[in-house]
Amino acid sequence: MNSQMGYAQAIERAIDSAMTADPRVLTFGEDVRLLRRNLLVGHGADRVMDAPISESAFLGAAVTAAMSGLRPIVEIMLVDFIAVAFDGILNHAAKNTAFSGGTWDVPLVVRASCGGGYADGGQHEQVLWGLLGGIPGIDVVVPSTPADAAGLMTSAIASKRPVVFLEHKLLSDYWLDYLGGNSRPTVEFDVPVEGANGPVDDPIQPVPIGSAVVRRRGSEVTLISLGVGVHRCSEAAESLAGQGVEATVVDLRSVSPLDTETVIRESANTSRVVVVDEDYLRGGLSGEIAALLAEADVPVSFSRVAVEHTIPYARHLEHDALPNVERILAAVHELR
Amino acid sequence: MLGSIGIKPPPEVPMAANSRLRKLYESTVRIRAVENAQNHLWHEGLIPGEIHTGIGEEGIIAGVLEHLTVDDAIACDHRPTGVFTASGVDPTSLLLEMLGHADGLCGGRGGHMHFLSESDRLISDGIVGSAGPAACGFALSAKTLRPGTIAVAFFGEGAMNQGMLMESLNLAKVWNLPVLFVCKDNGWSITTHSGDLLAGDPATRAKAFGLRTDRVNGSDPTKVSATAKRLIDRVRSKHQPALLHARCRRPDGHFLGDPMIRVFDDPVGQTKEIGGPLPGSVRRGSGSRTAQIGALSGLGIRLGSLGMQRIGANRWDPLLRLRAKVGTEAAIEIERRVSAEIRTNVSDALRIAEVSA
Repeated sequence: MNSQMGYAQAIERAIDSAMTADPRVLTFGEDVRLLRRNLLVGHGADRVMDAPISESAFLGAAVTAAMSGLRPIVEIMLVDFIAVAFDGILNHAAKNTAFSGGTWDVPLVVRASCGGGYADGGQHEQVLWGLLGGIPGIDVVVPSTPADAAGLMTSAIASKRPVVFLEHKLLSDYWLDYLGGNSRPTVEFDVPVEGANGPVDDPIQPVPIGSAVVRRRGSEVTLISLGVGVHRCSEAAESLAGQGVEATVVDLRSVSPLDTETVIRESANTSRVVVVDEDYLRGGLSGEIAALLAEADVPVSFSRVAVEHTIPYARHLEHDALPNVERILAAVHELR
Repeated sequence: MLGSIGIKPPPEVPMAANSRLRKLYESTVRIRAVENAQNHLWHEGLIPGEIHTGIGEEGIIAGVLEHLTVDDAIACDHRPTGVFTASGVDPTSLLLEMLGHADGLCGGRGGHMHFLSESDRLISDGIVGSAGPAACGFALSAKTLRPGTIAVAFFGEGAMNQGMLMESLNLAKVWNLPVLFVCKDNGWSITTHSGDLLAGDPATRAKAFGLRTDRVNGSDPTKVSATAKRLIDRVRSKHQPALLHARCRRPDGHFLGDPMIRVFDDPVGQTKEIGGPLPGSVRRGSGSRTAQIGALSGLGIRLGSLGMQRIGANRWDPLLRLRAKVGTEAAIEIERRVSAEIRTNVSDALRIAEVSA
């Protein structure tokens, strides 16, 4: 049995189920009693807590709360703000299990919105999953559909490890209304319909952390992406099919752990790879995939579409800066 | 019990007071013995990394821990040996951890700055100020899962300039978290005099957040104990945070081998040995020790302040102060017994690690 729902609603459904099943699950962050009103009404003020604008303190507190019996879902409103709480994630959440000799779990979910396409500028539109995914000791997941959003959140809450759960704002109508003024009929955002709404199983089917999925299979080129990028790839693949070029689209779903098996297999199948990454070009996920293929001796022609500079504010500049269908098509055509 | 039927309880009998004093002294002696053992192993080169000793803080640790229960949680800073020792963690496992051995408390993965013990709900941390948020998290879970228990954060006055610690004072207040913040004020922010860096003072800052605060001489364990008890009772019963500001001394510097300490103790000899910018500026000092130390004044307030601290070191030694109250005979018995215990811990650790010192 499944029902149709929005991406944000799917996440809320997963959290609601977890909070109903386990009294140790709670959520806190800035404005959550407004943003997560349904959870507040269902589970009470002790388990849905507004936090001061002090990410350092409340993310740090979430780490030890998780280490001492609770299952916190801490919200960092925008992943860009993780910068002021980076110590908690880098030096505590990611380290304490290792420091303890592998014995002390940190069952923490860090939930943050991410991504651009609604003109919020370069301090509010980053994704940072490459940065976060490179840190040993934490998992990073990036769902691109409501079903995956619910399934990955369910797995994240159940995990004994710290999981960073990144929800793209173009897919999450709660965020787009809240931050982007999406309620205005005069403004249009390029929201991928299949990512923003879709079927979600009841009960929710957990999605294993670290498993990619093939969204479309073609023999001539492999497009590897995640988040909104998956939908841009699907659109590009549709266009390529019209030109007689069949593309595979891989949705990574997890940045860390990375589903290396799927990446290698699907890359080897076509020998032509384009990584479409809304994160920065350098020092991140797209380079990691290139290294992975090189280490596995997979001979491919390789290209990447990523963010190369600070994301600009103006709509047309923002469009050019983020991975878009035109850039993906150009990258495919330039491959050997 | 007596109070509940309207009869004033009798004053504490001296025997019980003596026994409490002796226990407190034993705790400080045990901490000092493990710290000394650790320092010895470091000087022997068997502990390879940094060691931040807690010598000078024993009275604060013992005085606070006297009033904690096994269900309370503690977040330490980068000087955790004393807290772990006083909490009853096996000193052999601490020493093995510092030796980097698989049988150490954390399998040799954490080292001296990252002792962690889940069963004791004890953590330590090498990032200055992080004990604040960490204690808040422990206290948050305590509220729902272990009502009546509290969390304690140990940190220095240098950490009072760290944003996350200031944030956690606020968080603890607005979330009604049972946290006792303990500021061990040794006067130094790494190797810079805190007087030059800290606006206002720790207790006044905490008071501004609405926390109950108290100041105490941290080198007087009985005073620490009495003050900590008042605050802890309140934190426990009211679910409200409080801050204890305790002054102490740091005779061994920021970490073992602190170049400032080495230069102060042996201006000419050490400046030939060590690298960095310090040697050139003091190498001219020769002749009498006074002249050598005089030459150090060129380094500004740092060594001058250090000198003042080192000169008065004994007065600030919490063990010497408490020893006078315990009495020589009882003190010697405690010192002999605890020293023997810790010597056994050391020899066990060395035997297991198959090294000798």
